[in-house]
Amino acid sequence: MSEEILISARNITKSYSLGRKKRHIAVNDVSLELYKGETLALVGESGCGKSTLARLLMRLIKADSGRICFEGTDISALSGRALKPYRKRMQMIFQDPASSLDPRLRIRDIIAEPLRVWRVCPDKTEMERRILDLLDMVELKESMIDWYPRELSGGQKQRVGIARAIALDPELIICDESVSALDVSVQAQILNLLKRLKKELGLSCLFISHDLSVVNFIADRVCVMRGGVICETADTETLYAHPGHEYTRYLLSSIPAIGDDPVS
Amino acid sequence: MKAERKRNTGQELFRACLHNKAALISGLIILLIILLSTFAPLFTHYDETGQDLMNRLMPPGNGHLFGTDELGRDVFTRILYGTRVSLLIALLPTALAAALGTALGICAASFRGATDFIIMRLADIMLSIPGMLFAMVVLYTLGGSLASVVISLILIEWGETARVVRSVTLKLRESEFVEASVSAGAGGLHVMIWHILPNLLPTIIVLFTLNIPASILSESALSFLGIGIQPPQVSLGLMTGASRQYLFQMPWLALAPAGMIMVIVLSFHFFGDALRDILDPGRRTA
Repeated sequence: MSEEILISARNITKSYSLGRKKRHIAVNDVSLELYKGETLALVGESGCGKSTLARLLMRLIKADSGRICFEGTDISALSGRALKPYRKRMQMIFQDPASSLDPRLRIRDIIAEPLRVWRVCPDKTEMERRILDLLDMVELKESMIDWYPRELSGGQKQRVGIARAIALDPELIICDESVSALDVSVQAQILNLLKRLKKELGLSCLFISHDLSVVNFIADRVCVMRGGVICETADTETLYAHPGHEYTRYLLSSIPAIGDDPVS
Repeated sequence: MKAERKRNTGQELFRACLHNKAALISGLIILLIILLSTFAPLFTHYDETGQDLMNRLMPPGNGHLFGTDELGRDVFTRILYGTRVSLLIALLPTALAAALGTALGICAASFRGATDFIIMRLADIMLSIPGMLFAMVVLYTLGGSLASVVISLILIEWGETARVVRSVTLKLRESEFVEASVSAGAGGLHVMIWHILPNLLPTIIVLFTLNIPASILSESALSFLGIGIQPPQVSLGLMTGASRQYLFQMPWLALAPAGMIMVIVLSFHFFGDALRDILDPGRRTA
């Protein structure tokens, strides 16, 4: 972890029209920065604007106001062609592994898509080798290359999603509730995989979750969000040991414990 | 198992059709009808317009499977040739309407705004006018012929396809796999070709097969009324219409072509229905 900022958001706001001049403010004047090589977790309850913030950073949606800087370059005003180079450098892993894979494409084509868009692998054999490499990296069998998503389990689908996200060697991975649709044992496998890939590929990671026990496992720093604003940012250890904000304490107290054993 | 994975979507579809009884039977009947009408000269030695005034209004038998009509023409021969028109009507305007509707539906969903508004209001207008009434107006204006029947059917049918395609496209554009594609840097055209069109395909196929019987019935009805296909061209609807005055004396004259219409329409209908079941991802097994 270095002191160099990879991506930062400055006072970004996003609101949605509810009709009749009413607006729902999903993200309200939020600033945050993500350092190179760190895993920053964004936690908060459902509907607090975590996913909106992630999509704002990915530039999948446009902010109403505020700036997003990637390595010091303001990308919030860029569009189309000018934005494309930055698309390569940050990728997203989605929440629902079932709907994030096109049901009509084979695993081969799903993983190859970013490679095709960027014409990374000019000839077929090279493409094939790269896809097999990626399958190997996410611990999937090579024979699965010609399968359809419907033939895979939830955990396997999420591994395909991860393979697609790391295909272009991005610098930043945004995981939007990437393990919350999986059952607990699979969650652990995927989290370990993410941790390993992050180390091997030198990724920075924005990890969005509502599950504080998951966050404790993977994150270096934690941002707590509530109602479109960030109410606390702290190192994971500090946050769990001495939660500063009342809402953080509330969230921590809602982690289910076995017996009387409180979560340490 | 390994070989099964290599199959593409078309082959999978073919296999599923073989396993589905309704699809298999109706598919075979459609195939038979296509063969019979395409190779009609092999199955009959009469001419579809050849008159034989000495043998008018003959009952079935004597070398005439369904007898002869009021001008002594062989009814069986005329049914085979009339089926050609019905099949042409079944496929041509339906395919053109599907293509037009798909293109406009995708445009409406992709560009939104004014484009969307204009296309969808046009579709609304077309959908709010009863199809037969509209076809009659078109045919009175253009005059009855095969071409004007095709044109009027395209105009009637594109609206529904456009509407459905638009709503499915809107849903697809919101999906996470399109979002993933965009975040990988893909442009609109790439998303369209790789994600939107393949996922639209089942919907389009089902709409297409369900429009086929509607087209055949419309053509038959228009020809029956005397404003569709004009003699001396042969059409099943026209034959039924011309024979209705002999309905009580010589019912086979009207019932034979009407029965043929029914067989064609029902087979396409059952085939379309079965196809919808097969293509429904919810019912598909891994």
